[in-house]
This record gives sequence, C-alpha cells and structure tokens, in this order.
Amino acid sequence: MLYYSLKRLGLAVAIVSVAMLLLFTMIYLIPGDPAAVALGPRATEAMREALRIKMGLDQPVWIQFWNFFVNAWQGDLGNEVLSDRPVAKVVMEQLPATLALIAGGMVWSVALGIPLGCWTAVKRGGMADRIVGVFSVAVIAVPSFVVAIYALLIFAVTLRWLPAIGAGEPGDLGDQLVHLILPSLAVGIGWVGYIARLVRASMLEVLEASHIRTARAFGLPDRQVTYRYALTIAILPTVTLLGVGIGQMLSSAVFAEIVFARPGVGKLVYDAILTRNYPLVTGAVLVTTVLFILINLIADLVVGYLDPRVRSRL
Amino acid sequence: MNVLEIQDLNVTFATEGGPLHALRNVSFDVPEHRIVGVVGESGCGKSTLINAILGLLADNGQVDSGRILFGDHDLTRLGPLEMQSLRGLRISTVFQDPMGALNPVISVGRQMLHIQYRSDLGRSEKNARSVKMLRRVRIPDPESALDRYPHEFSGGMKQRIAIAMALMMEPALLIADEPTTALDATLEVATIELLQDLQAQIGCSVLFISHHLGVIAELCDDVVVMYAGEVVERGTTRELFHDPRHPYTERLLRCDPAGQSGRTRHLPTIPGEVPDLRVRPAGCIFAARCHRYEGICDTVPPEVGAGGHRARCHRVTP
Repeated sequence: MLYYSLKRLGLAVAIVSVAMLLLFTMIYLIPGDPAAVALGPRATEAMREALRIKMGLDQPVWIQFWNFFVNAWQGDLGNEVLSDRPVAKVVMEQLPATLALIAGGMVWSVALGIPLGCWTAVKRGGMADRIVGVFSVAVIAVPSFVVAIYALLIFAVTLRWLPAIGAGEPGDLGDQLVHLILPSLAVGIGWVGYIARLVRASMLEVLEASHIRTARAFGLPDRQVTYRYALTIAILPTVTLLGVGIGQMLSSAVFAEIVFARPGVGKLVYDAILTRNYPLVTGAVLVTTVLFILINLIADLVVGYLDPRVRSRL
Repeated sequence: MNVLEIQDLNVTFATEGGPLHALRNVSFDVPEHRIVGVVGESGCGKSTLINAILGLLADNGQVDSGRILFGDHDLTRLGPLEMQSLRGLRISTVFQDPMGALNPVISVGRQMLHIQYRSDLGRSEKNARSVKMLRRVRIPDPESALDRYPHEFSGGMKQRIAIAMALMMEPALLIADEPTTALDATLEVATIELLQDLQAQIGCSVLFISHHLGVIAELCDDVVVMYAGEVVERGTTRELFHDPRHPYTERLLRCDPAGQSGRTRHLPTIPGEVPDLRVRPAGCIFAARCHRYEGICDTVPPEVGAGGHRARCHRVTP
C-alpha cells in the first residue's frame, strides 16, 4: 500500500508539472503584450519596459518557464495586477468557500446517487426503477446554472425557505451551511443522476457474479450479500468517476458562485477575466488544476484501499 | 435413512417462447453417508436441480409439483428466510468456478467469519475454527491465509478454501457442482481424494454433479443419469457402470474417451442434440437419438419405478 501510494504521488507530481507547462504555453501564446495589457493604453513605453523587466518577459522563453515552474512549486504565483497582492494569497482566501461548495455537491450526489442506484438495481424493472431512470437522465441533461436559477426562484424567492445570496456570516457555521444548501444542490444534482446510473449498472453486474451466488448458498442474509458483498465492489467505478466528476463540479461552481453571489475561486476567475487580470487567472487555474489532480490522487488511493487487487497490482 | 429425497419434482421457467419444462418428474434419494453422483451433458438440468434444492431458482423459474424432503422439511414449501437458515448450515455448496467463487475484496478470514454468523462462538474461537478448516483442506500456513485475499491464491487453493468454507458448519448435505471441472488433472485427483476424506470425517452426504464419468466412478456410491431434465437411469455405481440399462447411459459410457483402447481418429459421440425443452415430445425424450427406438417410443412416455436400479425406457423390463 505504501509503495502504491508513493507511486501515485510521484505520478501526481509529474501531472502537475505537465499541467504547468501547458498553462505556461497557453499564456505565452495569447497574443498581445502582457505588460501593455496590465498597464493600460495610457502607459509610456518606458513604463511598459520597466514592467516587462520586472515580470521577466525580457528573458528567453525557457528561462521564463523555469522561473514560473520553480516559483510555482514554492507557492509563488506572482502578484496580481490590480492591487499588487500575491496571487497565491488571493486565491487561497477564496478557496475554502469553493471547497465547501464542492464538498456539499459531493454530499448530495453520493448521499442520493448511491442509495438510488443500489435500490433500483435490487428492484430492477419495477416502477421505481423506471421513475429513477427518467429522473437520472433529466438531471444529467439540465445544466447546473439552470438548476441554480430555478432553485433560487422556488426555494429562495417564492417559498422563502432558504437564503438567496452570499455564503453566510463568517464564523457562524449554521448560517454558512444554510447558505450552502441551494448552491451545492445546483452543483451536485447532475451527479446524482450519473452516480445512480453507474451504481445501478455495476450493481447488476456484480449481483450476477458467482461469488454472490456462493454467498447466498452459504446462507448469508440478503442485506449482507447486497451491501457488504456486492455494493463494496459495485462502488469502485463510482469512486473513480467522482474523482473526475469533481473537475466538472469545479467548473459548474463558477456558475453557482455567480448566480448565488458567493465568494469563491470560480467568481474570482470570472472577475479576473473581466478585468484582464491575467496573473490572477493563471494562478487560480493552476490552483484548481492542482486541486483536481489531488482529488484524483485521493480517489485512486481510496480505490486501492477498497480493492486489494488494485493494491497488489501496482 | 435418506438425507434428501426428491419426489416427482417438476420445474418450469417462464420464457418468451413459452414455458420451459426444465425438470420433469425427477425422483431420487441421497442416503445418509453416501456420495450420489448426478451425471449428464450440458443443459440436462443439473444446475436447475441444485438451484431448486437450494431455493435459489431464478425469478422466472418455479417448482410446479413434487417434493424435496430434507429431514422434516419439504424444501419446496419453505419461505426464503427458512431456506436461508438451512443454507450454509445444514446444506452447503461448492461451485464449479474456483476463480470467481470467493469475494475478491473481502479477506478469506473475514469471509469465513461471516459464514459462522449463526454460531455462538467468540471471534477468536471462530477464527481458530477457520484455521482448523483451512488446515484440513491442506492450505499451507493457514494462520496467515486468513489475512490474505482470494487473488493471492492459486485456482486449486481457492477451490480448497471454498470447500473449507462449505464444510465449516459441518452440514448434513454437501452439494458439489462440478467442483473439479475447472482444475487440471493432477489437481482434480487431489481434490477428489480430499473430498472423500472430508466426507468420511464429517460424515455428511454428498450430491456430486459432474459430466466426468471417471470422476463419478471413482468417487460415488450411487449414480443418477439425467437427460433433458429427466432421470433416465439410477442405481449404484457398480450396477450402472457394469450393467447400463438405458440406451442413453449405454451410449454415454461408450463415449468416455478413457474407455478407448488404442489410437482413433474419431471419438464416439451420440448423434443428434438435446431437444428443445419448450416442446417436449409426447413419447420418450430420448427417442429421436435412440439406437433402440421402436414405435411405442413416439407416443407413450416411459416411466421409472421406485427403488433399486431403474431405467426410464420401454425396452427395459423393470
């Protein structure tokens, strides 16, 4: 298990490095002079030249990349254009709100998706199975911002059950949780459908396996066979899917944060793009990328923990 | 005393092409301390028979008539929970596929622990019992085997672990569904000997399903020959192999490659194929392939009487 973990960690570091290279190339290829963009049209050539030197743009491209690479690994993502504050600090301030949003989305998708998938697999072909099937496809098909707007209209504006905007009072956990319900539902509901479909399909496959027949032939209770013997195997693809799904949730978080006027990395990137604050965009995207890779690493480790075959193969 | 008595059992499956009569008037006994072999080609109803005994028929299958007597119970009348309380405890099963028979994500020790859930013993005593069973099936270093997972064992070892699990609660009846078919020849002999030893030690009866005549002759006391969901002949192993009465048994014995002396280009086969069980012929089920066919076979179904060495054939006077 230790060897497996180290191997996965090494792979994660390599992937982050490649992501940095791609990100750097992308910024480098964007047409226009970053210094000119940052300083605006009224700056003099001397001012632009001074900023270019400060940003290291006068150096060869591979040195620029090397500096970006080394600094980024040390947590230095440069300073943002508007207030000259360190990008890393600005992003980190916004990160907890986004993490809470995604964690909430995951809670929704897992807490509803796994039981629904399991239930429809056991009662396959029945009315409930069909209704959940239609529901799953529907929530997968509806974009998260549409869910966000309707949730806002119904629960916040019409029924007035839940707050419409903001992330709640700082320090007041209960208030923050209440503010989290609608945005996280918007982020997670599509994944309820995905997970319900996936768990149902893999559950049906596992229930046909001969070891399940053996377990029944040994007289194990139905509940134990379904949840302990079948579901632990059927859940494995879901864990992997969730790792990928979090990337998707990160992008739908942008919409949820804008619709619900929540602070967060998504809102930060959105504002940064509107003000052409490129260092901030780069930094926020890099942090998001690292987050995504980290979560996939965790997902892989969880699969390794749950499945001894994976553990010993790697 | 019989551990298991199957009387006139009929099982049908609802299919899109109409009801499929998978077992027809199946009757035989499994006496105490004896090993009864069931032999027949693929699709003869061997698996349906096991599932009917275990109460694990697929959703579209049902017992139409007949009884399966086990002790004081008629298994065809028991509810799912009563059936479950017998499975693994009084009736246990070893299946054909050793590779997939054990749960891949639960350690061997934990699976063996789960099987003992009905016992009052403490956890460490249960584990000690697991170790004892693993030692009996000759798993090397049984203590550490408990912490390992099925994929860490070879196919033969997995099958022995499955046998240990099946015999864990010392059942009165062990059903062995082609337990050696997936193993190579050397392992097959070893597994047969192991089963024989354990059966003698525990004193259970065994219902041994196979299509391998050599294994049946080696291991079993009595033999039941099945064809297309019917028992065509039953008797002691000696009677059946030395004096086969049903034409199907006769042909089957002649088809055993082990009986070939010298080289041959053509292995003997039985021409024709098993009939479609959705449209059973009015007469004898084997008539179309029979080398001793006569007029009556097409119209009147032969019956098999009770007791002794019997064959379901018009040409045989009981």
